[in-house]
Amino acid sequence: MSFGSFVIRRLGASLIVLVGVSILIFGIARVIPGDPARIALGPTATPEMVEQLRDRLHLNESLPIQYWEFVKGVGGGDLGISLYTNRAVTTDLAQFFAATFELVLVAAFLMVVIGVPLGVLAARYRDGPIDNLARIISLLGVVTPSFVWAIFLMLLFAFLLGILPTAGRLSESAVVPASVTGMMLIDSILAGEWATLWNAAIHIILPATALSLSGIGQAARLTRANVAEAYSSQYIEMARAYAYSERSIAMKYALRPAMIPTLTILGLDFAAMLGNAFLVEAVFAWPGMARYGVQTILHKDINGIVGTVLVIATFFLIVNMIIDVVVSYLNPRIRLAARA
Amino acid sequence: MPPLLEIENLHLKFKLYEGVSHVLNGVSLSVERGTRVAIVGESGCGKSVTARIILGLLQQRNATISGAIRFDGEEMLKNGRQLQRRLRGRRISMIFQDPSAALNPVFTVGDQLTTAIMRGGRAKKRKEAYVLAREALLQVHITDPERVLQSYPFQLSGGLNQRILITMALVNRPDLVLADEPGTALDVTVQEQTLRLMKNLTQEAGAAVLLITHNLGVVREFAHRVYVMYAGSIVEEADVATLFRDPQHPYTRALIAAVPRLTGAGLPKAIEGVVPDYTEPPVGCRFHPRCGFARPECKTKPPVADLGGGHRVACVLSQGIEPKELVDG
Repeated sequence: MSFGSFVIRRLGASLIVLVGVSILIFGIARVIPGDPARIALGPTATPEMVEQLRDRLHLNESLPIQYWEFVKGVGGGDLGISLYTNRAVTTDLAQFFAATFELVLVAAFLMVVIGVPLGVLAARYRDGPIDNLARIISLLGVVTPSFVWAIFLMLLFAFLLGILPTAGRLSESAVVPASVTGMMLIDSILAGEWATLWNAAIHIILPATALSLSGIGQAARLTRANVAEAYSSQYIEMARAYAYSERSIAMKYALRPAMIPTLTILGLDFAAMLGNAFLVEAVFAWPGMARYGVQTILHKDINGIVGTVLVIATFFLIVNMIIDVVVSYLNPRIRLAARA
Repeated sequence: MPPLLEIENLHLKFKLYEGVSHVLNGVSLSVERGTRVAIVGESGCGKSVTARIILGLLQQRNATISGAIRFDGEEMLKNGRQLQRRLRGRRISMIFQDPSAALNPVFTVGDQLTTAIMRGGRAKKRKEAYVLAREALLQVHITDPERVLQSYPFQLSGGLNQRILITMALVNRPDLVLADEPGTALDVTVQEQTLRLMKNLTQEAGAAVLLITHNLGVVREFAHRVYVMYAGSIVEEADVATLFRDPQHPYTRALIAAVPRLTGAGLPKAIEGVVPDYTEPPVGCRFHPRCGFARPECKTKPPVADLGGGHRVACVLSQGIEPKELVDG
């Protein structure tokens, strides 16, 4: 089996999962008590208006027919109209998901660039001061929920020290760049708005840190354990016997075998950040999926709910697939088995 | 000229929760240039750890090492890691016991072999090292070096991986090869081939070998000189012919009696008891609780008797008691 067909098979499996998720959430959104059309139109609407909207939403049809209408829409890139914002769900998602995605990406970046080296250092200088420091960071990171970190960081840096902003993605005075990716950091680079880039960076640093701390702790702990195991192996003893430098042992010959089990778990952590992001967004008034997701549920916005869940599920599947590909690249046993 | 390797009164202690574990109890030995020397003893007698100390591979924080190790006249323990690092892979190399565990599973053989060559200072660039690696593999009778270099260890057989370890040990033309039970993880035929290959190649290269083994048969085939180790002490040393013709220490005799034979009467005789606990080892001669000839004097440090021709034995019985008497005794 070639590497290409490995990826294609994974894509196929992911698609099946997506169909399952869509059926499930489609059903759940419709069995929540309350008439979506009535909620959307408000108490003053006449029964005729409500009936009209119900027709437009195919709510008077049977569930399978409704689902079929929905699938036809998805095929054409249409997730319907949000009953909460009155805009196309796809437009809403593009805007709100991009903000959340940006937050999660920065948090995941912090998790990897801080957590993994911390774990490597802890394993290399086992039971030394760095190891103890890493232990404390890991423990605090793992046991403290990210919204607690969010409140703590906001109090410390925004209120007491007053050096970082408390809420939002940009200051009101900042020039808003044209939306290309929906991610402020990237859009401001594309637009060459350096002041905006800086402004966006100081806005994202606190929520991203709050979101990443448990991931950093997890990454450091896992990396330490797996690198320490590699360190006690005979192949590292042998590397030393052949005068490999301690640096290349730490960064290459012990790290690569240790990253194979570590990455699989970190991938799950990365995807789980999307869930934690909901709470962090609430604390920092981050205009992302959190508020949108909650509001769609409260308004019984059936199209919004289904769209939100599908985007999150897709994100999970894509992250998992990327991790599988990276792990199989790192592990020659899997890579070569796939080729054979 | 001093011997190539000289170990003098080497002690190793580990601080453990249960107390201090005294693993090496005054080990002295020497290896002359170009000779093959074996350390033989049961599992856990401290022979492997001795080899690791020579290269400075023992990294436990709770270990204390004392004594002297001189390589080519230079003191290694006092000058510490610096000197050991300079010698590693260049002048002293090591062949590990289990080839499947000693090679890194996620790097190709080529990567690992060429890195060893470059770290040994034989090549500056990966390409030059690759050419050397290819030649070296041909020398250990690997007919398709290109494929082997591009393979990962798990794609190759145990015997092939063992030959790669031998290649790695010899490619930088070291003066001394430490061989820790090479091939024991493999089947007997491959082990035999491994040893023969090692013997031939080190002889050609003029390298000395310090072989760690528990197998007296291997010692007889391979070594010029042998040290018998028991519970962290050398109990007897001699050239191989002398040791097998005229073993003196009761432990040596017991070891020889324990070797299975195809001819002769009876089953091999196992040695009663187990290797002692190192946190509370027996006082005096550490073998005396298992020794059929033990007497009260054994509770003091045994004297070392020099029987001439480099044959030395550490046993109270060695002075004034006829070997025959011991056999019948």
